[in-house]
Order: sequence, then C-alpha cells, then structure tokens
Amino acid sequence: MVRKLPRKDVVIVGLGWTGAILAHELTDAGLDVVAIERGPWRDTATDFNVAYAPDELRYAIRKDLFLQPAQEAMTMRNNISQTALPMRDYGSFLPGTGVGGAGTHWNGHTWRFFPSDFVLKTHLTERYGAGRIADLTVQDWGVSYDELENSFDRFEYLAGISGKAGNLNGKIEAGGNPFEGPRSREYPLPPMQMTYAPTLFAEAARSIGLHPFPTPSANLSKAYVNPLGIAMGQCTFCGFCERFGCANYSKSSAHTTILPVLMRKSNFEARTECEVLKVDLASDGKTAKGVTYVDVTGELCEQPADIVLLNAYGLHNVRLMLLSKIGTPYDPATGTGTVGRNYAYQTNASTQVFFEGKNFNPFIAAGALGQTVDDYNGDAFDHAALDFVGGAGINCIPTNGRPIAYRPTPPGTPRWGSAWKKAAKQNYGNTLTFSSQGSSYAARGNYLDLDPTYKDRFGRPLLRVTFDFPDNDIRMSNWVSDRMQQIATTLGGKQAVVGRARKGWNSVPYQSTHNTGGAIMGTDPNTSAVNRHLQSWDVPNVFVVGASAFPQNAGKNPTGPVGALAFWAADAIRNHYLKNPGKLVQA
Amino acid sequence: MTLLVASIAGAKAAEHSGTLPWKPFAALPPQPLPGGRWYVFTPDEARMVEAIVDRLIPADDLSIGGKEAGCATFIDRQLAGSYGSSERLYTQGPFLPGLPTQGYQGAEAPVARYRAGLAALAQHVRAQFAGKAFADLAPTDQDKVLGDFDAGKVAYPAAAGFFNLLLQNTMEGFFADPIYGGNKDMAGWKLLGFPGARYDYRDYVTAHNQPFPLPPLSIAGRPEWKVGSK
Repeated sequence: MVRKLPRKDVVIVGLGWTGAILAHELTDAGLDVVAIERGPWRDTATDFNVAYAPDELRYAIRKDLFLQPAQEAMTMRNNISQTALPMRDYGSFLPGTGVGGAGTHWNGHTWRFFPSDFVLKTHLTERYGAGRIADLTVQDWGVSYDELENSFDRFEYLAGISGKAGNLNGKIEAGGNPFEGPRSREYPLPPMQMTYAPTLFAEAARSIGLHPFPTPSANLSKAYVNPLGIAMGQCTFCGFCERFGCANYSKSSAHTTILPVLMRKSNFEARTECEVLKVDLASDGKTAKGVTYVDVTGELCEQPADIVLLNAYGLHNVRLMLLSKIGTPYDPATGTGTVGRNYAYQTNASTQVFFEGKNFNPFIAAGALGQTVDDYNGDAFDHAALDFVGGAGINCIPTNGRPIAYRPTPPGTPRWGSAWKKAAKQNYGNTLTFSSQGSSYAARGNYLDLDPTYKDRFGRPLLRVTFDFPDNDIRMSNWVSDRMQQIATTLGGKQAVVGRARKGWNSVPYQSTHNTGGAIMGTDPNTSAVNRHLQSWDVPNVFVVGASAFPQNAGKNPTGPVGALAFWAADAIRNHYLKNPGKLVQA
Repeated sequence: MTLLVASIAGAKAAEHSGTLPWKPFAALPPQPLPGGRWYVFTPDEARMVEAIVDRLIPADDLSIGGKEAGCATFIDRQLAGSYGSSERLYTQGPFLPGLPTQGYQGAEAPVARYRAGLAALAQHVRAQFAGKAFADLAPTDQDKVLGDFDAGKVAYPAAAGFFNLLLQNTMEGFFADPIYGGNKDMAGWKLLGFPGARYDYRDYVTAHNQPFPLPPLSIAGRPEWKVGSK
C-alpha cells in the first residue's frame, strides 16, 4: 500500500549544505519545497550540547553522528578482478546523515579550486600535450572559475569564512595564497589566530622560498552575522571539530547559517527519518514525477513534484540515479555510459616530526586552524620535466589531541607495555604533524555501480566502489612527499617520518571523506551525467548537486566548490528553468 | 507553478514546517552503567581480561595500570551495548574471506569475538603452562604470551584479529572519558597531559610552547566538584 501525497513544486532529497541552500533559494523564488531527509532532525542546542559534546569515544570512535552501515553500507574493491565486499564499518571515509549532513561534522576547510582546475583537460593539453594525460579521463567542468566566482563569494559570506585573500581582482596580496584565482572581495573574516605548530611550519616553509598562508576556515575567527541575519560565535579552539557537531555555534553548517531562516518559511517543509528509495519516472523515462520514500513508521509514500533535486552525499546521489534508472550506467570495459563515471578520491600522505622540549599543546586546535603551502598544488608549478600531472596542498593543520586516536610515537616503539607508555608520554606534546592532500585524477577503471550481491535493509543493491590510486597520482604524491621531506629537514627535530602514498586503496584507516564524481558535469552528454547547470541530460527536471559533479578532484577539500555549485544550480533553476522548463542545454 | 501554502497533512513523518523544532537539552547525554557487577564477562573471563589489560598498560611510576584504571570494566560495558552486538554495522551475508584492504569480514560481533578469543588464549596458556590460568602466570610469562599473540606466533582461527581488538579496546578504556568506566581519575589523560572535555582555549592559543596550566576535566566534571567530596 502506497500513500500518495499532494504534489509539491520541488522535492529535495537530503537536507545538508546543498539541500538547505537550494531550499532557501527556491522558497525565496516562491516555490513550495519539501526536503526528505533520512536521518534525524539535529541542531546545536538539541544535539551538540556543550556539556557532553567533547566525547571522543562516542562521536569520533563509535561514530555516533555518521551514517550507520546497518542503514546503508557500500561494497569496495581495488579493481574489477576482485570481488567487492561490504565495508561492514565505514573507515576510509565517513558519510554523514541527519539534518546538516556531512556538513555537520566537517573540519571547515573552505577552498576555491584553481581556475585551471575547471578547464583541466584543455589546460593540461595546451601546456603539456595530449599524451601527458592519455591514461587519465580528466575533463573540463563546463563552467569556468570566473562564472563561479560569485557563487563562491556567496557561499563564503553565508558561512563566514576566516582567511586572507591572495588575489584581489587580479592584484596579488601579501599574506594570502598567491596561486589562487582572483576574488572579488576579501574573506568575510580575518584569519584565525595561529597555534604553535603551524607557526613553526610556516616559518620553515617560508625560509626555503615557499608561500605559506592561513588555511581558509569555517571555524570562525570572530563573531559574525551572515547575510541571512544569523549570528555565529567565535571558535574556542576546543579540538572537537571533525566527527563532531559544534556545540558553540562557531563552525559553519546548515544549522548555523541557513536553517534558522529556512525553517520559519511556510512554503518549506522538512520530513526527517524518511528514506527516499527512488526517483519515480514517467513511463517514457524522460520525466521525473517525484520520489518514493519510506517514512518513519515504515509506510511507503509517493511524493509527486515538478522538480526533483538530488542533494544527498555525492555517493548517494549516484546510487539514487542508478536505482532510479536515470541516465546510462558507466561501463569500464567500453568506457561508455555516464552514471558512475570518473569516480575520484584524494591522494594523501602525512609527515611527523618528533621533537624534544617542545610544547605543542595539540588539544588547542580547530578543524581548519593551520597553514597551507600551495606551491606544489594543481598546476601551480611546471610539470614539463616531471612524469605526472596534478599536485597537492601541504597542510599543517593539527585538528586535535584526542588521546584514543592521537598518540604519536616514533617507528619501532612497542604498541603496549612500559616502553610504549614512556614513548606515548614523551611524544604527545612534542610531535608536529603536517600532510599533503593530493589531487585524484579520474581513470577509466575507477567507477561506481550497483553491487550484484549485497543489498540494503530494503533489498536494494548497495553501491559498489571500484577504486585504486592511478599511477600518475602515486608519482605525484611521492614527489610531493620529497618536498615534505625538505620542510621536515628545515624544521629540525630529532626524527622525521615522511609518509608515502601506495597503491592498494585500503578501506579501513580513515583517509578522507572527499569522494567525488560519478554524476559529473560537462558539455557532452556522452561523457557527463549532468550539464553545466547540474541538470540531468536524460531527465531534465532532475538536478544533481554535490561533489558527485566534479569531473576529477583537486588537491583541496571539496566543500567550497560544493557550496558554490549549489548557488550555481539554484541560479539556473530560478533564472532559466522556471521560465522555460526543459533542457537548459541542447546537446 | 502553483504555490501550495498549506503543509501536507497525513504523512506519517517527523514533519517540520514554519517552525524551529528545537528542544533544548533534548538529546540523551551518555548514560553510565552502574558498577559493581560484570555485564558480559564471566568471572573467569573478567579475571583474565583484568590480568591482560594490566600487562598492556602496566602500573609503573608514570601511572596506574590498566586494571586499576578500569579498562576491563570499560570493555565489559562496551560489550553490553550496541558496540558488542555490532548493531550499527552491516551484518548481512554472504561472509567471504576478504583482502586486507576490505576490512573485517567476519560474521561475529565483538561479544562473540571476545568469547572465542579469550577461550583460545586460555587454552593456549593451559597447554603451555601446565594447566595454569593466564592471571596466575608471572608477569614475564604473561608478557611472553601476549607478545606471541601480538606477533601472530599463536595461530588460533577462533581468535583471528582478537589481539588487535583487545588492544584497541584497552586503549579506549584508558583514554576515553571516565564516564564509560575506565580512565579512573583521568589517569590516562594525566599521563599525556590531555585536559579532557574543556572547550574554550581562547586564552591559551597564542601561548606558544607554554605548559597548559589547568587540570583535566571529565564530562562528569572534576572529583572535587561533587557534593560531599573532600
């Protein structure tokens, strides 16, 4: 028995960052909008109570705020010769759930990608020749940095980002990132105060000719009132940022920036603890009618709507498209099909420098408090004599000193017993960590599809992730690790351990929740699932918004571009689609 | 597009419209389990785990040991909850042997893994030490047994991966908030210099390379804050 509900203008799947932004923009345009969120209602006062929010076991180790695998797991393998098996617990990445989504428990690094990242295939081909990217499937986004600049700006002012511009309208600014694209105005807030470790890191990097700058942060350096009139507080450096909700109203999320206004609108409704099973298509398969979901009591409901917006986490957007038969699934054997194509991740390595007689107080921290070096990121440096494309930001951003997970000891230290205790005590405050966050360039064998064996609790196939680090990216990361070695040597200390990326992506240790691609944007329906406005090529009243749209990933955190794409898609719907519903781009 | 202003009636969902559904302090704080009993471990298992955690984290001049810190109590209480039953994890079959990159692929939840692992370890000790229990061995022999287990020199299918699970849970017990039954008097935090559940360090951010002056704080406060404490 299916309960049929009265129609809405717009149904949104997922009420995180992008769902909240789209809902705000479209309700402002006068539309009647409902958001279906499978997780619970969450907000600061109710769920991130400062009296017990700083609880490492509950939130960071037992992962209380995340999507639980019992609700939805994924399977993984490194290549098609292996049998994919379920990630019975999430480890390598941690999808969010509930109102606010993954934007609840992020660290707050808020980047713009470089202008060259948006025209990557064109740019690399022009500079190095097509042969250099022959084993990669990198593509242009179909939208330029200049076109997105206003959307980046709106997201940064919505969120109250703390930082220092490096390029204001083409003029290079001291103290910012000299490699970034031009900004139309300064960040809304000044950079955060620096702790000791990133201060030393920046001094060392500067002394060897690099250009460190404060990492742009959604942990607020000062109290702030955003353009919607919502007030936020100053970050208190508690060191419980990633994996935690901010109890202090000082980390930007949908809760702290949009929902207090959105929720008061009579033409908006949020339905929580309701899981969308699929997008319902008309019999021709070319139009979406709405969505079918299971409500909190287990009853099946049909929500008709004129526009369907997929605003779930990127991986879930792709799974919903596959389950709903929107677009053609990607086939790695032929390279044809678009849904699941160009899945990419992040290629990371970390470095530890062990000192004596230092007091880094690692517990005084915030998720995005630190210093970044972009000299070796993207195409900021010449690759002509190198055997790879892409690059990595080098970041000294100590996020916490939470002792279940953070107990650095030098190699060779026993894992337990008296010698371990001595080393744990000695090194806890004496260790400086920095890391490289590298680009992940799309390759033909990395993709997403539906698993043939494993099902969720409703009997739907799980998403299958087939991924390994491309050789290009391993060479890139190792070259950047050599640069990290130079910085570590400059820092001194009694011992440095420089990490190296290796093939064989391991789904167990945490690496990054920066999964991208699978429903990528572009200008050619043969190689992209959505057009430059995030509109499905195949079902034009479906828009798919999130990092699922990235044709490949840059060496930076994705939330800034994700927020910008939400504003970009909202503009396309408000200013173009509503006036003339149908395909915004004729292929 | 028509504008529907009335909210949907009839859908059985948690519906929120035209309002901020905020209920201050509505979420559950952590609920400590009453002490004075074992929830999952048998008396023999509890005795064995207490002896093990006291070798993984031995008492010395730096801190109390794992037993006194409550690590076995912590593990027992964790096993009694959703962690012990893997309630939150994906537990549907088929269960196939996986690659190291694919993580734990066993069908057994932590309670069953403890039961099997402890039994296998007890059997090993009885065979090697003339029928003795682990807790009755000399500390050097206990370290040898655990070292062999850690190094994979003792192969028991029933206990695969058990040592790592035990070590991880022991460390959780020593470093988690005391509200969960371990980390007695914040001993683990004092060992490292971690101030615990404090949340405002604004006065200390730029005090580079300076020792942090305040003692650690639990979610439950500090012992001297309790009514009737000395």
